[in-house]
Amino acid sequence: MTTLLNVKDVSKQYGQDTLALSDVNFSVEEGEFVSIIGPSGAGKSTLLRCINRMINVSSGDITFDNESVVGLKKKELRRLRTNIGMIFQHYNLVERLSVIENVMHGRLGYKSTFAGILSLYKEEEKEHAVHLLKLLGLEDQIYKRCDQLSGGQKQRVGIARALTQNPKLLLCDEPIASLDPNASKKIMDYLQNISVSMGITVLVNLHQVDVALKYSDRIIGVSGGKIVYNDSPEQMTQEKIKTIYGSEADDLIAAAGDKNAV
Amino acid sequence: MLLFCAVSYGAMIFTQFNAVKGFTSIPSAIQWGISNFYPAAHSFEKLPAILNKLLETILTAIAASTIAAVFALFFSVFGSKITKVNNILSIMSRGVATLFRNIDVAAWALILLFSFGQSVLTGYFALFFVSFGFLTRAFIEVLDEVGESSVEALKATGASYPMIILKSVIPSSTPQMISWILFMIEINIRSATLVGILTGTGIGFSFDLYYKNLDYNTASLVVLTIVVSILILEYLSNYVRRVIL
Repeated sequence: MTTLLNVKDVSKQYGQDTLALSDVNFSVEEGEFVSIIGPSGAGKSTLLRCINRMINVSSGDITFDNESVVGLKKKELRRLRTNIGMIFQHYNLVERLSVIENVMHGRLGYKSTFAGILSLYKEEEKEHAVHLLKLLGLEDQIYKRCDQLSGGQKQRVGIARALTQNPKLLLCDEPIASLDPNASKKIMDYLQNISVSMGITVLVNLHQVDVALKYSDRIIGVSGGKIVYNDSPEQMTQEKIKTIYGSEADDLIAAAGDKNAV
Repeated sequence: MLLFCAVSYGAMIFTQFNAVKGFTSIPSAIQWGISNFYPAAHSFEKLPAILNKLLETILTAIAASTIAAVFALFFSVFGSKITKVNNILSIMSRGVATLFRNIDVAAWALILLFSFGQSVLTGYFALFFVSFGFLTRAFIEVLDEVGESSVEALKATGASYPMIILKSVIPSSTPQMISWILFMIEINIRSATLVGILTGTGIGFSFDLYYKNLDYNTASLVVLTIVVSILILEYLSNYVRRVIL
């Protein structure tokens, strides 16, 4: 296995005295499914956005696919981002456009500005997009406007948009935080499927410890901008959850107890 | 409340406004209106000329609003905190918009009279400047409200700045923008009447002319046509809004 992503001594400071991340170190292997858990405001979203430079790090280095991302210039940055798909809590679709138009947005990174603006997509790009939508069970919704879809469907459109990029890495920022348990399970199953069948590395921010325990190859626990846990789900114990979430985490601990009981 | 009363009373003394006389003269004003200010048979002979002027005014108002919208779109993209290129351009475009918006349309008309004289162009530019300032401000609000979410998503796919604007920001904000343009056209037709009095063009000039000739019947017909045309336009723009939103 080769290392796809390596985060080294990364810190991020907002303003004078807000330290969102401090000396974060971890690496992700190709094809791995890694969850990042931690309380709100622990720095999970910041960490994810530093990887594709939506947020610039204050210090430290991030290597993606044997290339440092920190110093990339405009054009190289666009190329980097085409290799990293991103999925958001609020789906971040253009609601007034159709499903297929939103999915095709995933190809914009590969286009010249001129071709992108005029929507000059190749035939095989369109076929690939339709294929992905079928895979995600959205073949009946292709021409529907996105504001007519349910939350779970919108998130699947978001996944399809990320997959049309042909990414090596999928960054998911709380993909199921706005969904009901049923839709959540569906989305997580899709993500796991994608990781296994397409060999795409998945890095996902999660609120739910039980979900992280069930789906991940590895769990990274973040608390106060620091990594406090970085191991397989099997090694997760109640004390360790306590160190991630602090003392007020009884129901979460119960979830871990369930897992261990099985 | 007490302060408000004091201020009103102070103002009345200062301007020597007699409240009792003011209110008691309302009935006689209404009486004058009923007995003089109605379209008579002879005024309908002037109708084609009036309608011609009205059309000129409406077209000027529409032209000023739509061209102003094009300029406002560019300035608002630079001005909005979500789509701005950098802070300097953002502050500059907001500043320009504020300057144009806060000078009243009548003031613009009087200023521009020096450059363009009594022509349609004066009225056109006066309406254009105010519309531009107002629409830039409104569009900035629209862009800010549309939100960062889809901008962030497209940025993350590696899309370039022009792509993000044209593929995500513009499609999400067009309905509200069109709604604002329709609103601007309505406002401009109203203002165009006043501007016309000042610049001696369009329907405003017709009104002024008949009124000063003491031809109150025809002047009232002018007012009536303005009201009817504004009602029709309001109905039309409401219909368009219903369809696009």
